Amino acid sequence: MQVTVNGVPAELAEDVTVADLVAARVGGHDRVAVARNGDVVPRSSWGQARLADGDALEVLAPTAGG
Amino acid sequence: MTAPEAPTADLVPALAREEAGDPFTVGGETFTSRLLLGTGGVPSLEALEASVRASGTQLVTVALRRVEASAGGAMMAVLDRCGVRLLPNTAGCRTAREAVRTARLAREAFDTNWVKLEVIGDEHTLLPDAVELLDAAEQLVAEGFVVLAYTTDDPVLGRRLADAGCAAVMPLGSPIGSGLGIRNPHNIALLREAVSVPVVLDAGIGTASDAAQAMELGCDAVLLASAVTRARDPERMALAMRQAVEGGRQAKLAGRIPRRWHAEASTSFAGLPEL
Repeated sequence: MQVTVNGVPAELAEDVTVADLVAARVGGHDRVAVARNGDVVPRSSWGQARLADGDALEVLAPTAGG
Repeated sequence: MTAPEAPTADLVPALAREEAGDPFTVGGETFTSRLLLGTGGVPSLEALEASVRASGTQLVTVALRRVEASAGGAMMAVLDRCGVRLLPNTAGCRTAREAVRTARLAREAFDTNWVKLEVIGDEHTLLPDAVELLDAAEQLVAEGFVVLAYTTDDPVLGRRLADAGCAAVMPLGSPIGSGLGIRNPHNIALLREAVSVPVVLDAGIGTASDAAQAMELGCDAVLLASAVTRARDPERMALAMRQAVEGGRQAKLAGRIPRRWHAEASTSFAGLPEL
């Protein structure tokens, strides 16, 4: 399955959920937000949200800002 | 011979009482500090913590970025330890669509429906795009966000944002990070008159006198980042900003004297001897 994660193409196995992706990319889940094709994936549904071929994912975390 | 008692001994509690009796309320929350601090540009976590503490701020802006470019958990640990409320921003967004999506993501990440709405129309000046800003504000208010809108110093746009339901209107003094101070004080005062929601001077503050001027013009609070984070000594500048905001607020409440063309003697001429 071909997706993009934070703008970079990635080849993932089938049956990967948003929770799996976050665990692989971030480790802890604290204060992380995920968008799939521009829309928020609520934290409560990460475990059920299966990625699909062509998905564009953004995995975001806090940083300094004015 | 004993040294005279330091005059500041009971001034500090007096000031604390003044602060407690003059709270700043926005979005239904009450703060004793009228200084909002941005974390952008902070040189180190140590400087961040020292600055937050010295500033006395209770509301601190943060941003969301791709996890590879984020600050990680350490910055959040500092802010949690300081006990401040978080105000996520939509910095870098250029359209209402991007800003609304960013705000939704920030709500998810930071577990707050407060947002500093920022929609930039020009990459060189970072000036707000008025059309996209108002569009985003209307959408976010409809979705239940507490919107603090970063805007130009245009009183008409400020009124439109307030009418749209923004919790605060935050006009720039001058472009973000420029340190040019308040370029159009008259507009800031007009904007303060034009809306009933809090007005927070946001962007352009270079040094303490700029922050004091914002408060003297009637602003309810000041939001600044670079002036502290990029100062040679951020902690000391944070203290200076705290004192300037307090001083400016007190001066506003005290009521300044009118400006006069000619001198007005403060020492009476009555009883002046002939010598």
